[in-house]
Amino acid sequence: MENLIHNVPFMLALTLGSYLLGVWVKKKSGLSLLHPFLICIPVIAAVLKFTGTSVQFYIGANKMIDFLLGPSVVSLGLLMYDHLETIRKHLLSILASVFTGSLVGVGSVYFLCRFFGLDDLFVRSMEAKSVTTPIAMDITASLGGDVSLAAVTVILCGFIGTVFGPLIIRMFHIETPVAKGLALGCSSHGLGTSKAIELGAVEGAVSGLAIALMGIMTAVAVPLFNMIFPI
Amino acid sequence: MVISGVFIIILYYVLGNVVSALTGHLIPGSVIGMLLLFFSLVFRLVRPERIRQVAEFLTGNMTVFFIPASLGIMEQWGLIRSSFTGWVGVTFISTLLVLVTSGLMQDWLMKAGKRLSGRKR
Repeated sequence: MENLIHNVPFMLALTLGSYLLGVWVKKKSGLSLLHPFLICIPVIAAVLKFTGTSVQFYIGANKMIDFLLGPSVVSLGLLMYDHLETIRKHLLSILASVFTGSLVGVGSVYFLCRFFGLDDLFVRSMEAKSVTTPIAMDITASLGGDVSLAAVTVILCGFIGTVFGPLIIRMFHIETPVAKGLALGCSSHGLGTSKAIELGAVEGAVSGLAIALMGIMTAVAVPLFNMIFPI
Repeated sequence: MVISGVFIIILYYVLGNVVSALTGHLIPGSVIGMLLLFFSLVFRLVRPERIRQVAEFLTGNMTVFFIPASLGIMEQWGLIRSSFTGWVGVTFISTLLVLVTSGLMQDWLMKAGKRLSGRKR
């Protein structure tokens, strides 16, 4: 019995099956706020608990899926190329908006953590939350934060942007496809970009570019900000 | 050819990692790989149809690739549990602040740009 569960195929099937279940429930319920993750993560967690499988074993067995995140970021280069004209035309305003976004991201975490009474470890681990996981982990390590806490925060952040992004975009009358894609990429990295691709091709392309720019600018903004506001 | 598409994308990932290592890991290899691939497409070093099928599969399914890392929350639960409300609250407010400010800024700059170029004519 043990060996039928604690192996790579079972763990891969668990990941894909739970995700498909999440997609199916979302479709059947018709609730746009019901992200597949809300079903899929608890289901996986429950199965791991029930079968006595450690999280480390699960993550190790799913290396194959986890690995594809890197190549999928590389592939965003094609999306950007497909919308070369749009990007070229708006490059200056895109740079300015992403820089604004990265300062707001770092600054708001700093002050909100104080407001919510979170200790310094959280500030150090959350300042880079709006950027893609590998950059966020590097920035967090340089701040002396908890790298795994940073990784989980990055995903929560992506999840929030994906679920509430479209609603907020409508509420605040963010109108152009460029601005919609940029907002999702800046706030929620790859997960936001997957939402942006659903909204439209231009949204997806600008969002992909925003991931790269946001990562680069946040890597610069974090040390600058902490020089003025030390943790 | 699917395999040549896979090969090109992995090759740019490798190149990205090399550049990243040479520049002291300031920016991760995948992001540098994305920029290198973008410029290679612009300068016609890579033909877009060579990678389209594979690239669109990967970018279209990014959500799935985040699942294994998401389970990291189970490991971090001890640390997060005591400050759960604050952790979610800060992330929630900050994420939406970034979304709104960057999006509105972009719309505003594009409108201002249009007005400026309209005046020149």
